[in-house]
Amino acid sequence: MLGLFINAIVAGVLLGGFYAAVSVGVTISFGMLDIANIAQPAFILLGCYAAYIMNLYFGLDPIVTGVIMTPAFFALGMLVYRLYYFAFEKRGDQAIQGLAFFFGLLFVGEVSLVLVFGVDYRFVAASYIGPSLHLGIVELPFRMLLPCVFSLVMVGVTQLYLTRSFVGRAILAVSQDPGALQLMAASPTKIKQIAVGISIATCAVAGSFLIIIQPVEPSIGRDYIGRIFAICVLGGMTSFPGMLLASMLLGIVESLTATFYGPSWAPAVAFGFLLVTLAARPAGLLGR
Amino acid sequence: MRAPAFWLCIVVVGAAFIVLSRTFLTNEYFYFAGYVVLQYIVLSTAWNILGGYTGYTNFGTGAFFASGAYCSVVLHKLPGLVHSAFGLTIVPIPLPVMIVAGGIISGAMGLGTGYLTLRLRGVFFAIATLAFTIVVQTLIVNWDFVGGSRGIYIIRPPNAPLGGGYIQYLFTWMTILTVVSVGIARSIEGSRLGLGFASIRDDELAAEASGVPTLRLKLIATTLSGALMGMAGAPLPYYVTYLDPTSSFNLAYAVNAVAMPVIGGMTSWIGPVIGAILLGTIQQVATVTISSALNLLIVGLLLIFFVIIAPNGLVGLVQSWRRQREA
Repeated sequence: MLGLFINAIVAGVLLGGFYAAVSVGVTISFGMLDIANIAQPAFILLGCYAAYIMNLYFGLDPIVTGVIMTPAFFALGMLVYRLYYFAFEKRGDQAIQGLAFFFGLLFVGEVSLVLVFGVDYRFVAASYIGPSLHLGIVELPFRMLLPCVFSLVMVGVTQLYLTRSFVGRAILAVSQDPGALQLMAASPTKIKQIAVGISIATCAVAGSFLIIIQPVEPSIGRDYIGRIFAICVLGGMTSFPGMLLASMLLGIVESLTATFYGPSWAPAVAFGFLLVTLAARPAGLLGR
Repeated sequence: MRAPAFWLCIVVVGAAFIVLSRTFLTNEYFYFAGYVVLQYIVLSTAWNILGGYTGYTNFGTGAFFASGAYCSVVLHKLPGLVHSAFGLTIVPIPLPVMIVAGGIISGAMGLGTGYLTLRLRGVFFAIATLAFTIVVQTLIVNWDFVGGSRGIYIIRPPNAPLGGGYIQYLFTWMTILTVVSVGIARSIEGSRLGLGFASIRDDELAAEASGVPTLRLKLIATTLSGALMGMAGAPLPYYVTYLDPTSSFNLAYAVNAVAMPVIGGMTSWIGPVIGAILLGTIQQVATVTISSALNLLIVGLLLIFFVIIAPNGLVGLVQSWRRQREA
């Protein structure tokens, strides 16, 4: 019983690490820049299928594919922001339409993937999917461990980039006060474009993690909308440490539910978590 | 046109529609396709009461719709349950009762979401409704009595009241629901209630400060909208005869319920009706002639296209065209 409990906690932490990778993008676009990109899961799935194709035809490692694909996803993200800017931000307050736009994008992404790949579950082949690392009674499957480790690396790198580089600091500045940034002779639009690019680029990597962790079919993206936004809100919108904490918490709660009550209840926990968070503490765990 | 006159008008149109279709149309496919289009008119009109009039985006249409449907499943199985538990034989529950019950259940759920609006505005409310759908879906998936994740087969009653086949009967009820929902939407529009909704949409803080009872109005909007969606879902088990959570909570319902008012125009009752007829018909034609996956792609693309090109929908386009001509 104790072993089961400890293993559930460990699995939850590993899952939480992966959730952090999935939520980085939205923390940047929604948390910092107020762009409610609910289509993020569609981009993550795109990353999954990119990893799937490269793995199937070239035998390439999914994580390597994820990293290689980031420039393409970055460009895609910039394009999406350009469209969003001209259609909504420039015209002023059109929140519902902007949301409907991303909702449409999510749906189009999902249906397109169904049309191309069908609704069958797809998976990748890699040497580390299957074996586990045994530490006493604790079991660490490599298929969870590697995504978790690489995801922490990715979050760390993104955090360093945002706090140390010029553009990164500019992104933080836009999130705080776009007007002031303009006075410093930097264009908020260009900075936001780069930020959304980065946000979508993380999807390439997060997608490769997802397809390592579990087989993928186009509609599973929906399950992630709630998780991503729950983590982002719970983490206090803009803070990466808060996001990490929230990811781990959600991972652990989900893992405990799946272990003791059965996996079919896990989605309700994630989304119930989100509802309670939104209703009770919209400022998040580490929020202002 | 004043509200009572309008009611009279649409009731006459609805009645004429039912009588004419029953007299002249014998092809059953018409009823199958027409039912779906009418169902979308109800859903998009219901969505628009909250989304268009009050300004709260609801992505959880599927939750309210499917709850109505599952409420009917429970009522459908109830006589059997009572019989096996107490040995009593009760008559099968008629469809109108199911529709009312579905409306009550989904209306209560709508009231619950209404309380969420206390703290959640804009994007946060929209995401919460999306989360709400998944929570309700998970509950249904884990509830064996209504079929769980396997789904459930529903056998239609052997003979339909009012003559004709059972599909005609369902079609008649959906027409009635359409008349009711359009009538309600139109009556709200010009009333004090409608003005209150509009003031919330334009500036909730200012409305509150001017003495508009915003919470009460929002609760009315969410309850009404949820109830109409549930009523639209109630006949669904008999329409599809096989109900499962994946298809009944399908995101397609939510996308359609958002896309139709956006494409038609969100500020007046006619917008969702136009959007639903247009998009619903296109989808029915595309499903038959091309493929059902592609028709969903069309909806998504049209939604994106319209929010970018014509954010006020077809009604908005016509209005601005008229204004230009007058000027």
